[in-house]
Amino acid sequence: MIGGLFIYNHKGEVLISRVYRDDIGCLSTPYPSWERNAVDAFRVNVIHARQQVRSPVTNIARTSFFHVKRSNIWLAAVTKQNVNAAMVFEFLYKMCDVMTAYFSKISEENIKNNFVLIYELLDEILDFGYPQNSESGALKTFITQQGIKSQVRDKDEQSQITSQVTGQIGWRREGIKYRRNELFLDVLESVNLLMSPQGQVLSAHVSGRVVMKSYLSGMPECKFGMNDKIVIDKQQGKGATSDDSAKSGKQSIAIDDCTFHQCVRLSKFDSERSISFIPPDGDYELMRYRTTKDIILPFRVIPLVREVGRTKLEVKVVIKSNFKASLLAQKIEVRIPTPLNTSGVQVICMKGKAKYKASDNAIVWKIKRMAGMKESQISAEIELLPTNEKKKWTRPPISMNFEVPFAPSGLKVRYLKVFESKLNYSDHDVIKWVRYIGRSGIYETRC
Amino acid sequence: MPAVSKGDGMRGLAVFISDIRNCKSKEAEIKRINKELANIRSKFKGDKALDGYSKKKYVCKLLFIFLLGHDIDFGHMEAVNLLSSNKYTEKQIGYLFISVLVNSNSELIRLINNAIKNDLSSRNPTFMCLALHCIANVGSREMAEAFAGEIPRILVAGDTMDSVKQSAALCLLRLYKASPDLVLMGEWTSRVVHLLNDQHMGVVTAAISLITCLSQKNPDEFKTCVSLAVSRLSRIVSSASTDLQDYTYYFVPAPWLSCKLLRLLQCYPPPEDGAVKGRLVECLETILNKAQEPPKSKKVQHSNAKNAILFEAISLIIHYDSEPNLLVRACNQLGQFLQHRETNLRYLALESMCTLASSEFSHEAVKTHIETVINALKTERDVSVRQRAADLLYAMCDRSNAKQIVAEMLSYLETADYSIREEMVLKVAILAEKYAVDYSWYVDTILNLIRIAGDYVSEEVWYRVIQIVINRDDVQGYAAKTVFEALQAPACHENMVKVGGYILGEFGNLIAGDPRSSPLVQFNLLHSKFHLCSVPTRALLLSAYIKFINLFPETKATIQEVLRSDSQIRNSDVELQQRAVEYLKLSSIASTDVLATVLEEMPPFPERESSILAKLKKKKGPGVVPVSELEDGKREGGELNGGGDRGPDSAMSASNASTPSPSADLLGLRSAAPVSAAAPSAGSLLVDVFSESGAGGPAAAVNDDGFLRFVCKNNGVLFENQLLQIGIKSEYRQNLGRMYLFYGNKTSVQFASFSTTVSYPGELQSQLNVQTKPVEPLVEGGAQVQQVLNIECITDFSEAPQLNIKFRYGGALQNITLKLPVTINKFFQPTEMAATDFFQRWKQLSQPQQEAQKIFKANHGMDTEVLKAKLLGLGTALLENVDPNPENYVCAGVVQTKSQQVGVLLRLEPNAQAQPGVQMYRLTLRSSKDTVSKRLCDLLAEQF
Repeated sequence: MIGGLFIYNHKGEVLISRVYRDDIGCLSTPYPSWERNAVDAFRVNVIHARQQVRSPVTNIARTSFFHVKRSNIWLAAVTKQNVNAAMVFEFLYKMCDVMTAYFSKISEENIKNNFVLIYELLDEILDFGYPQNSESGALKTFITQQGIKSQVRDKDEQSQITSQVTGQIGWRREGIKYRRNELFLDVLESVNLLMSPQGQVLSAHVSGRVVMKSYLSGMPECKFGMNDKIVIDKQQGKGATSDDSAKSGKQSIAIDDCTFHQCVRLSKFDSERSISFIPPDGDYELMRYRTTKDIILPFRVIPLVREVGRTKLEVKVVIKSNFKASLLAQKIEVRIPTPLNTSGVQVICMKGKAKYKASDNAIVWKIKRMAGMKESQISAEIELLPTNEKKKWTRPPISMNFEVPFAPSGLKVRYLKVFESKLNYSDHDVIKWVRYIGRSGIYETRC
Repeated sequence: MPAVSKGDGMRGLAVFISDIRNCKSKEAEIKRINKELANIRSKFKGDKALDGYSKKKYVCKLLFIFLLGHDIDFGHMEAVNLLSSNKYTEKQIGYLFISVLVNSNSELIRLINNAIKNDLSSRNPTFMCLALHCIANVGSREMAEAFAGEIPRILVAGDTMDSVKQSAALCLLRLYKASPDLVLMGEWTSRVVHLLNDQHMGVVTAAISLITCLSQKNPDEFKTCVSLAVSRLSRIVSSASTDLQDYTYYFVPAPWLSCKLLRLLQCYPPPEDGAVKGRLVECLETILNKAQEPPKSKKVQHSNAKNAILFEAISLIIHYDSEPNLLVRACNQLGQFLQHRETNLRYLALESMCTLASSEFSHEAVKTHIETVINALKTERDVSVRQRAADLLYAMCDRSNAKQIVAEMLSYLETADYSIREEMVLKVAILAEKYAVDYSWYVDTILNLIRIAGDYVSEEVWYRVIQIVINRDDVQGYAAKTVFEALQAPACHENMVKVGGYILGEFGNLIAGDPRSSPLVQFNLLHSKFHLCSVPTRALLLSAYIKFINLFPETKATIQEVLRSDSQIRNSDVELQQRAVEYLKLSSIASTDVLATVLEEMPPFPERESSILAKLKKKKGPGVVPVSELEDGKREGGELNGGGDRGPDSAMSASNASTPSPSADLLGLRSAAPVSAAAPSAGSLLVDVFSESGAGGPAAAVNDDGFLRFVCKNNGVLFENQLLQIGIKSEYRQNLGRMYLFYGNKTSVQFASFSTTVSYPGELQSQLNVQTKPVEPLVEGGAQVQQVLNIECITDFSEAPQLNIKFRYGGALQNITLKLPVTINKFFQPTEMAATDFFQRWKQLSQPQQEAQKIFKANHGMDTEVLKAKLLGLGTALLENVDPNPENYVCAGVVQTKSQQVGVLLRLEPNAQAQPGVQMYRLTLRSSKDTVSKRLCDLLAEQF
């Protein structure tokens, strides 16, 4: 179990230190102890390490440090025991989510301004090193940013919080009422690709999330349906004709693996593969999934690199958008790496803006908007400085960023039904919003 | 050096550095550096000429980026361009960049060398210095090749500035250290030596470093520096503190130079020229006198400088080791430091005293400080100082104070630091053995040692105590009694149990008369410890039990009961189980006679080098306590102790060089299996007991040595290396002999195509006849094969037959050629005769060719018993009361060959006081055949 949790700034100074167990070494001793304590050990061996530490788990003197980094802030969980590392990281990510929910951006200043709040949160979400309820919606009901408000709260409300937090449905309190019942559903996907210069896909996968925001009264029961291949096949097995299945076979997707929010009834998913749940109030992430088959690649990058003698390099890159012409991709950015001995760059591009960024050793080409089934091109002349060592340039891949209004995995929301038996509103009364956003993850083409 | 004008400060560089320092994260820093690198690249593109200032600035930035840990692969050309600038700062940055970044195999090296050459010949002292510093900093072979000829010229040229000379001397030193073969001093030698006379002290200081290094390599060429150094030293030492102005450091004149001079003198023996020597002695006396003067300043720097010179002077005095007066004074001076409140001084004093203690002149003087040193051992707060105190105690120990020192070390051991315990234990063990006057004291000491620091007592230590107890009859009873008492302590260390088990098993009968230590009590005492011990100890105890059955038949039933119990006879450990079963059977079926023969008391062990000493040497390595000193002490011990029948040291040295592995045959079981043929099984029994210790350590036995060892001996290990051990056992009767060769495979891999052949060098073929059968071609890992050689001596011979062994080990063909230890003396038949007979025959053989005589130095001590044993081993009869001088030895024998019999008379006259410290022998042999006399004389001369 987690022995302690520390938050450091980029200099390695401790902003937050919360110790749950004594076994990680005397940490808050005021006098200098001869034994380097855990706080220092992490600072010296990870934050200030000569070589960048790439492993998220570091073992120093039989103590394990699990860290994640958000901008310039390091979060480190420390333990002496043999814990489930995935659990610790899940907790750290949850911790980040909770902090973002409370004060938007995790930055040194925000942490310093909210440090009482953070200690309060830590008291609540970790108990003797065991993770507890980390649902930001639920936490917000009893840990507020306005201290005075919580004092005014009457006894009834307090007992209600207690029963909710310790009850079976810990993520939703009773008696919620909205005049307008609304549901927002976002399918957020990031598509990752590695392509050879000849256009062969070396690896590609999509990791997606279904994020919801619900404003529903009472304790509604929801049911979510999508074009999951297993479900579709099962339904077709029941009655549909064979050519029907061939037609809709394209429409269904194969999900490699998925995880759900704690509100989803897993037993039902296991037996019927239907996703039904009582939603928390407000923002939450319903599920995460990953697919690797039949991915729609929104862009194709065609690179052409020619070395002209020792001192010159010509680069030509064509990008093609590969989706319905009616859709518009946004925030397109192409990064073309330049050799380390570049001494000057001239760029010509048909669309958007391109610039040589010396600090990143790359040419960055930005296009604001681009419709489907289009093509654009950039060409650059790079001058090189002859160097002593004849080290060959490693030619890092060309990477790309973009945002498209569809799901590259092909996922479709088929239905989202709401049942509330006690209150008199039906599925038709709920206003539902569905949105698809596909973003680039690591989207690279070798050149 | 030209002052850096204000306009030269590089703003761009300062801004860049402060930018980097302000970066919040590593990523930001890398981004900033990438940007800067791109900027510099665009500037260095080459289409526009840069002025010197910008070039310098950008090169500086590159250097800074490189020092931050990033790779720089351009800008070298610009840096080289800077070298040809006339501005000091630009040139300096250029050189800086090159000495930091340019590696020796760069293609630019030619350009750089050119620039350096220009600067060296520029006559501008600052430029010359810069160039010299660059050469020294790079110090590559190419640099040495290019400039090794040039620099000595600059060094000795009359018109070179002093500062340049200094740099040149140090630069040359660097090149010499990097590639000594390229720096040839030849013609410059005398002129370099004369730099010691230079007016400028800085030049002398630099030059002396060079000279010291050079003279260590070829002392003869630089011999002349001694007198110059002495005169220089005497001038410094006798100067008043104000004479040397800049070179006076806190009232001490030129301390660094003095130290270096003294160190240079330590490369040479004492000067032969009386005047020079007198002057030097005077200097050293002055230094010692000055140490007595009250300090001129209270500053720590003053005393540090003064003491540095003093300690260097003392090292020189110790190095010379010829001036008793100085040695004693040095010792007294150090004695004062022993109680100084500076820890460092106490440490240094103890360390120097350690070396002083080994000098015969100052040994006594060192001994007077014993109380202080003991006190230091007890009260010092710093462990390293305590360690030195222990070293010194060890070094100053001799017969007179051994008891005191050993007692103090023992009492200190109880509280000693863990880091030095093992070494202390070894030291105590060695001292106790070396200076043991009566062996009961020795036994007490070692048992105490085991009691106090059992964990740190290594195997060797308790092996040794057993070895000594077995070899000495008079101490056995006492040892048994003491061990018995020691075992009665409720908790005793396992090593104590081992010693106890062994000694009671052998000599328990000596104390059985006392009802308090009756056989049964002894057995119960041992058995009460049995269950707390590890397997090897239990195995040893089982052997002790079976010995008990032999010693005390009344315990038989009890012991058989114990052996029969399930915990023994069904023990999961194979070794224990086997012992239990075998001993049980042995005790029940063998008759008392057989039992008594099998379980006879162990025969004395052959003496050899104390393995403890070897271990200490290995542990400390040479240097901490000089090995020569140890050996001195040992020799001394041998002489002093030689009175008894102990005399291990002479025999020890004999086998010193060839002792294959100290731990393996410490008890001599492997090399010399007990000779008593009556108890062969007892021998193998004990081999079993100690098989645990295993054979370790590579040993390259020099065969020639091995061969000589067997002149007076018939059994033992002929050869041993990592793979193979060859044991030998031989017996001779008249002109016939039989030799058993045991080839032991020490590895776990089998030897393939194993074959042996005997060859006869010279005319031996006709003189000696050796017959043998071929051995099995496969020798399994760990197995031993036996080969029998039948030898017939046809006539006298002088060569030795050769044995050639070939086998494949892991594919590689191994080929070993050994001389077989078949010598003419093996065919000796002893002849007893009275004095009159002897002298009558002696006179008969008085023709000059019948006599062979040799006078030689004793290689080993002159121990009576050892000599006697050797002469008997030779095969002759040792005739007592024949020679009028009882010191002399007289032997007689007949060499039996097939063709004839040759009578041989031998006379060995030791002369212990031939010259002080040298023992001589005169060996005379007379025989009826001249070749026999000659050969025997040659063989024997190597033996004593």
